[in-house]
Amino acid sequence: MSKKETTVREPYFHIVKRTSIPWWKAWTIRILAVVAALVVSGLITVLLTGEDPFKVYGTMIGGSFGTPRRIWGMAQNLAMLLCVSLAVTPAFKMKFWNIGAEGQVLIGALATTACMIKLGDSLPTPVLFAVMIVSSIICAGIWAMIPAYCRAKWNTNETLFTLMMNYIAIQLVSYFSYEWSVPKGSGQIGVINSASQAGWMPAILGKPYLANILIVAVLTVLMYIYLNYSKQGYEIQIVGESENTARYIGLNIKKVIIRTMLLSGALCGIAGLLLVSGTDHTLTRNLAGGRGFTAIMVAWLAKFNPFYMILTSFLIVFLQKGATEISTIFALNNSFSDIITGIIIFFIIGSEFFVNYSIKFRENAKEDAK
Amino acid sequence: MGSAAIELKNITKTFGTIVANKDVNLTVNRGEILSILGENGSGKTTLMNMISGIYFPDHGSIYIDGQEVVIRSPKDAFQYKIGMIHQHFKLVDVFSAAENIVLGLQEKEGFNLKHSAERIRKISLQYGFDIDPMKKIYEMSISEKQTVEIIKVLYRGADILILDEPTAVLTPQETQKLFTVLRRMRDDGKAIIIITHKLHEVLALSDRVTVLRKGEYVGTVNTKETNESQLTEMMVGKKVSLNIERSECENQVQRLEVKHLDCINREGVKVLNDICFNLSSGEILGVAGIAGSGQRELLEAIAGLQHLNGGEILYNNPATNQIDNLRGRTPLQIREMGVRLSFVPEDRLGMGLVANMDIVDNMMLRSYRKGKSFFLERKAPKNLAEQIIEQLEVVTPDAHTPVRRLSGGNVQKVLVGREIAAAPTVLMVAYPVRGLDINSSYLIYNLLNEQKKKGVAVIFVGEDLDVLMELCDRIMVIGSGRITGTVDARTTTKEEIGLLMTKSDRGEDNE
Repeated sequence: MSKKETTVREPYFHIVKRTSIPWWKAWTIRILAVVAALVVSGLITVLLTGEDPFKVYGTMIGGSFGTPRRIWGMAQNLAMLLCVSLAVTPAFKMKFWNIGAEGQVLIGALATTACMIKLGDSLPTPVLFAVMIVSSIICAGIWAMIPAYCRAKWNTNETLFTLMMNYIAIQLVSYFSYEWSVPKGSGQIGVINSASQAGWMPAILGKPYLANILIVAVLTVLMYIYLNYSKQGYEIQIVGESENTARYIGLNIKKVIIRTMLLSGALCGIAGLLLVSGTDHTLTRNLAGGRGFTAIMVAWLAKFNPFYMILTSFLIVFLQKGATEISTIFALNNSFSDIITGIIIFFIIGSEFFVNYSIKFRENAKEDAK
Repeated sequence: MGSAAIELKNITKTFGTIVANKDVNLTVNRGEILSILGENGSGKTTLMNMISGIYFPDHGSIYIDGQEVVIRSPKDAFQYKIGMIHQHFKLVDVFSAAENIVLGLQEKEGFNLKHSAERIRKISLQYGFDIDPMKKIYEMSISEKQTVEIIKVLYRGADILILDEPTAVLTPQETQKLFTVLRRMRDDGKAIIIITHKLHEVLALSDRVTVLRKGEYVGTVNTKETNESQLTEMMVGKKVSLNIERSECENQVQRLEVKHLDCINREGVKVLNDICFNLSSGEILGVAGIAGSGQRELLEAIAGLQHLNGGEILYNNPATNQIDNLRGRTPLQIREMGVRLSFVPEDRLGMGLVANMDIVDNMMLRSYRKGKSFFLERKAPKNLAEQIIEQLEVVTPDAHTPVRRLSGGNVQKVLVGREIAAAPTVLMVAYPVRGLDINSSYLIYNLLNEQKKKGVAVIFVGEDLDVLMELCDRIMVIGSGRITGTVDARTTTKEEIGLLMTKSDRGEDNE
């Protein structure tokens, strides 16, 4: 027995869940996490490449903010990522794991492209835009509603279902890329209506992306109001938090699931529209560019608050832009930028652990540590 | 009485800002039963979890047989021969009793089920357990499962036993049986700690009582030298009257007539079997029975949440004097018919409320649909929230605190407050005082009595027979989904109800 007593020691530390944390403390932890992330990725940079880490960070910032053109490019990228994030938010808040935003965006884009190619020269601009908007919203909405309906009706797994729908959407886009390719058979649609610019999002104050940015800004505010102040937003929260409570108050859960996915898909459709009509003016399989998946991270990091999402999507876009810039300037390959992005995101997500939990060290830890 | 088996000195444990235990001292001797008495949230379970190695104390020391020890994990506790029987059983359903008992053990002679079963039989014989080692857990009743848990720790050689609320799930007869077994173990020289908040059990079973209040050690008294009111005073900190005022029923009008309800659940088990009863305005109908006998399904059926295979639920609407059949309607349709039915479900945070929403948002769960506006109207719910906080003395920083942050009693006050505010004609409550302290419990009883006086028809599903007998007018007993009897609460005895609770089990064996 006495032998055991010398070997058995009090645990060195234990983890305690915080009951509450003042906002400033939470933000201090988060900022410290970013600083720590920069230090660690600086160290890695020096170790792996021998480059001056400050120069590397400078390049990252330059890559995003170096010229007005870059700033606009970044703002537009931010807006698009934010738009898709807003779209997935209602579904995720309802705990409906919609990982099919990628496909929904593509379907919206496909509908827009079809309108621009087939009707671009025959309809007056306002009518054309109306048709584009309606068709992209309806097509993407239906695309999102199919898995929702099956889930509500037969309790299918929405994660698999929405994922599979992505591949169908990609193949559809591939098919139409051949169908409408210019020149025929090249498999590339090329710039649509390059001469007439029919169906192109008009430039505001000479800035081609400003319209997109403004539209997404309005959507952000609307989504915030919808989620927090509307009856439907309230219902989404109830279904997401506890289906039993929803049952208890007689909420039609199936209806809420289908309606919410319809909304989610419709917003993805708008994102597709903005991408084709506002920025790319063409359609490719890579149009969505992984935003459908990145958006999920943006929404979760922001805890489904549309205003916080501006911040988180900025962070992601900035990291992506900056990392690409580093790899070109320093002639490093793309993996290096991925490493840095990975480190920073790891630290940011990890900081949430310290926001929720605190670590208590043993009181006489120092004496025993030797 | 033997020597001190386990001794705690100045044990303190905090979780964040909450002090769960503060300078608690406690001694258990060999050959004695010690009750730890305290209200919910007084730190009883936390204290026991520190003895069994689940938590580690911030301060203080633990002595076993006079030696200071450090218990860092359940494994350490097991080495010191400490065994804890938790409130929620930790058994593998598809394994037999013997398999569950030896699970995780590394016996020197290897895994030999026959040999183990023999040892289990020996232990059973010694203490008077009644168990078949080869019976599968899923075929067992709750009391049999508990027996398996107790034998599990005895098999491992424990001589300090801790039982966390062991009688909460038992019928009066099963409780008596358990007590006999525990007394035999005591006479065998084991140290037994039993956590409970039922006073009469403390008095009936234990040798000494240690009382905790809000995490602090209040004192230890010899059971022989104390009584219910002294213990209550120690527990609550002030004198409380333990009487529930029961008024006579007045102006009774039949409000609800339930006819031949049948319900088969997903597993194909008949959970409700030909349930028939009447409910009048101005009465409290108690529903007693072993947990899981169909109480939940019955209430959910009336509330429109349960699919039924047969029967009728007839509601006499006082506004129109019409008889409506509620069967097959959704809760929303029931509301739209003008039926003012309120329901306080057993699962408060998972069903009655949304844990992550604040009090205001929880207030409008039932009423937010009102009006054609697309937007929510939060003014009335906010007023209601503030009114309930004030009238029911809900302890909360403000009306915008998520309900998950509130303590159990305050959560229940919010839920009951909301349901009563809807001015019901039928009020159904399921285990409304489970987990509540004495003061909150009596507050709830008073609220129910007030509703009864207002002419509301109340259905009260409870587990504490003493309370059912004091509060209700009639008590309906169900066993295995069948009504086994309805008795007058004013004249019945616990034994009579206990017999009715187990009656249907035997009936099924004969079939």
